[in-house]
Amino acid sequence: METFFNFLYASIIASTPLLFGTIGEILSEKVGNMNLGVEGMMWLGAFAGFYAAYKTESFLFSLLASFGLAAIGALIYAFLTVTLKANQNVTGLTLTTFGIGLSLVFGKAMIASAGGAPKTSDLFNAKISAIHIPGLSDIPYIGKILFGLNPYVYIGVAIAVVMYFYLRKTKIGLNLRAIGENPAAADASGINVNLMKYINIIIGGGICGIGGAYMSLILVNGSWQDSGVVNGYGWIAVALVIFSSWNPAKAIAGSLVFGMFSSLRYYVPSSIIVIPTAFYQMLPFLLTTIVLIVTSIRKSRENAQPASCGINYYREER
Amino acid sequence: MSDNSRISAGREPLVRVVKREYNSKLIPVLMRAGAFVLSIVAGGLFIWAMGFNPFTAYASIIKGALVGSARDPLSSIRSTIDLFVPLSITALGLSCAFKMKFWNIGGEGQIIMGGVFATYFALNFPQMPRPLMLLVMLIAGAVGGAIMALIPALFKVKFGTNETLFTLMLNYIAIYIVKYLIAGPWQRTPGFASIGKLDKNTYLYEINRQNIGWIAVIIIVLFVYFYLYQTKSGYEVSVVGESQATARYAGMNIRKIIIKTMIISGTICGIVGMIKVSSNHTLTDAIGGGVGFSAITVAWLSQLNPFIIPVVSALFSILQKGSTVMQMNMGISSYAADVLQGIILFCFLGSEFFVRYSLVFKKSRKGAK
Repeated sequence: METFFNFLYASIIASTPLLFGTIGEILSEKVGNMNLGVEGMMWLGAFAGFYAAYKTESFLFSLLASFGLAAIGALIYAFLTVTLKANQNVTGLTLTTFGIGLSLVFGKAMIASAGGAPKTSDLFNAKISAIHIPGLSDIPYIGKILFGLNPYVYIGVAIAVVMYFYLRKTKIGLNLRAIGENPAAADASGINVNLMKYINIIIGGGICGIGGAYMSLILVNGSWQDSGVVNGYGWIAVALVIFSSWNPAKAIAGSLVFGMFSSLRYYVPSSIIVIPTAFYQMLPFLLTTIVLIVTSIRKSRENAQPASCGINYYREER
Repeated sequence: MSDNSRISAGREPLVRVVKREYNSKLIPVLMRAGAFVLSIVAGGLFIWAMGFNPFTAYASIIKGALVGSARDPLSSIRSTIDLFVPLSITALGLSCAFKMKFWNIGGEGQIIMGGVFATYFALNFPQMPRPLMLLVMLIAGAVGGAIMALIPALFKVKFGTNETLFTLMLNYIAIYIVKYLIAGPWQRTPGFASIGKLDKNTYLYEINRQNIGWIAVIIIVLFVYFYLYQTKSGYEVSVVGESQATARYAGMNIRKIIIKTMIISGTICGIVGMIKVSSNHTLTDAIGGGVGFSAITVAWLSQLNPFIIPVVSALFSILQKGSTVMQMNMGISSYAADVLQGIILFCFLGSEFFVRYSLVFKKSRKGAK
């Protein structure tokens, strides 16, 4: 029992950056823009969040910086794909290359000026460590899982819930879905398609950036190494969007499942079954592929990618 | 398309976008040259903002990629070519699929599987003579890449499964297959995730200490050119890419064309995997090394033109190799290559719009001269 709850706790910790990345990408894809730059934006957020934490020791500044720099990355993407109608796949991939490169170049300069791998201060680390509410956090088993997590987890879940209501229950959300499914019809009905695309792509990018900051501040213990911060989590997030069928609420469950897969190998007793590590790591991708195939076979329109995703909308050419 | 009369004079917007109607080839060339200059300037500004001299940095990149040490003047060019060969061949392979608007972003996985299949024969039939071994590895690599490409193609034609995401996932599945193999069945020494060094009869032939991978580039450039532009199949590929409805109306078998083209695309990428194994003399989980992703941008930047692809690949390889030297000389992270590559691509992505459309500014009422 103890082991199971430890496993669940570890899974939640591992799943949170994925949740941010997934929610960000859902927002972008809902307005018809598949942004393959998630990995790059997470890197940008990882650097900016770390740098702000390192310099200011403020949680708020760190949060804003990670959101802001990644949002700027998303702005470049939005300008190229929405205004200049550039190819979405190529632009997204370029954003990934650019974002990883920029973060590591800045990171190296930061290491050089710090004279070694910079670390965030204990003061800052205390701010982002697991919260403790007397009484509640001490409830056996579930106390730690519900009331003893780091603040990012609660922010992530809150964003997911807000986005769920935003996309599913508000008029603007309905408009967004219209843009994603049929931008020409949305345009004809008086929705400002390009503006909505910009807003959602940029906010989505910023949310991905917070996920990146989580990786550099929590998962790597607040120390900037020269490489290996985001490690492909951005790509898993792109996959998770499919897994959670473009639904922010399902994204919470989806990222938890993926988080479980990534922590599973530490908790499966080798006395019961020995599975090569690589298979555990492959599981999320395999599972996503299966989900992708099943949804395409069922042709379920509710769970499918927004129809216009990947195709730029150009009013003059409709 | 542009209907000027529709917009009444009073409500004319400040800037209007009009599709260019011209037959001149000059404007696209000018626009792209402009994008190139802009990206060099923007990249220079970036280097300058980081506190370095952009001229010294650019010089360091070019010199680092092309000029070797005094003892071995060709050493740098050799390693630049080692980067160039996989990148250009992969981009050529992907361009076949892109011509059909089939988003094969699984180049990485197809390279890896090509490498895995080639390694299988290298490990299990070590007694084969070198020429036969290389031929077998080449065929195995091609088959491995083709299978990786065939899977998403089959699901695409049967169920309409999204190929962008499918091929993307297969990249990761392929990486973990390699990780499993090198830490499991193919492990050489217990405790180390490595297959060790392969036997000498699996090494690519060398001319002047340069492996012959570049010959494959020439052959594949010509193959892709003739296939896409000189054969009926190639013509069908571009028709399917332009409009599936037209292709269907013309009585083409779209499913067959998609499957055939993806097999070719995967085969070419798989050959890269074989070349990598045979020139690195081992198989590691870094065999793809992001080439499958870079090649997508190379193919796009070259407008899928098989003769331009080697040129763009050469430029990117120079940038990549030169940046590692710049890191040693100047202390700028070699990842500056990625930033510069990103800036170049952003500029070109933006410039395409101005190739297709022109901006018409609202004429000022007062004082228009």
